[in-house]
Amino acid sequence: MLYTLGLLLGCQLLGEVTAQVFGLPIPGPVLGLALLVLIFGAMPTLAERLRPTTTVILANLSFMFVPAGVGVIGNLEVLSTDGFALLSILILSTVLSMLAAVGTFIGVRHAAERWSQ
Amino acid sequence: MTDVATLWSYLSTTPLIWLTTTIIAYLIADGVARQLGNPPWANPVLLSVLLIAPVLWMTQTDYTAYFEGAQFIHFLLGPATVALALPLWDNWGTIRASVAPIVLALLAGSIVAAGSAIMLAGAFGLPIEVLLSLAPKSTTAPVALGISEAVGGIPALTAVLVIMTGIIGAVTVTPLMNLLRITDWRARGFAVGVAAHGIGTARAFQVNPVAGAYAGIAMALNALLTSLIVPLLVRWLV
Repeated sequence: MLYTLGLLLGCQLLGEVTAQVFGLPIPGPVLGLALLVLIFGAMPTLAERLRPTTTVILANLSFMFVPAGVGVIGNLEVLSTDGFALLSILILSTVLSMLAAVGTFIGVRHAAERWSQ
Repeated sequence: MTDVATLWSYLSTTPLIWLTTTIIAYLIADGVARQLGNPPWANPVLLSVLLIAPVLWMTQTDYTAYFEGAQFIHFLLGPATVALALPLWDNWGTIRASVAPIVLALLAGSIVAAGSAIMLAGAFGLPIEVLLSLAPKSTTAPVALGISEAVGGIPALTAVLVIMTGIIGAVTVTPLMNLLRITDWRARGFAVGVAAHGIGTARAFQVNPVAGAYAGIAMALNALLTSLIVPLLVRWLV
């Protein structure tokens, strides 16, 4: 467990440092994710060593969003009088975005399959 | 024997009480959701928040005091994001074979997420700074706050809108995809990752590991793309 945690935090740290030094608009953890994929590419056996702890972390991903979620309740006044409009926009826009992404993904996949046949 | 008031004033100065409260609330919320078979509306983040909010209200605890304890959990979002590398690696073969659908679905989902938010906010006649705070709502919080600030939005409002978007995506993705009879877990996961960042990704992992992996990729790529696209869309649409 500590081995996994050390490696995850190490990748995040390198990601944060890279983002800061080069002034990149990408968050450190996302760069850390990319770095860890590269490390798996170089050392494929490492994946199995990290699997137990990583599986527990990802199965409880929702848990880590709870503090930020509580922050929404404490900060609802920022929505002020626009609350209803904002909620409607968020629902519509989120559904539209999912439709665009899923439609494109499936459409392009079908087109690529036809192309390769 | 210490009286309740003294005990409370002692406990409220340590992170222990709100850390424990958050874990217990989540265990209850997640337990209830599992018992019900993880239906989309029983979102563990939403249920946990609904359990914790009344406790904070009754004890007159402000968010800053709560966060003193809860920050340790919040911090784990960093290493958890890095941990998404493992499902990504597990699915590396199919990901390499789906580069075209991934890139184009990312562009479509990301542009529609920001563009529709900007246009709808305009149609509702919302103030410009509210519109600008709304534009980056589909990307992960640290990126969204940075973009909001850069384009002239209100970061505190963006923070709230990002979390609400995540919960909305997590709650709506399953009924929407079932309604459309979409059975491809890669496409389903990818869509929720683009539109609803980490909270959507957490939902995807709840449903299917392949969906989770693709949601993770979509979230990571969208963190990059949104910071490039939102300033452009703002220039064109506002």
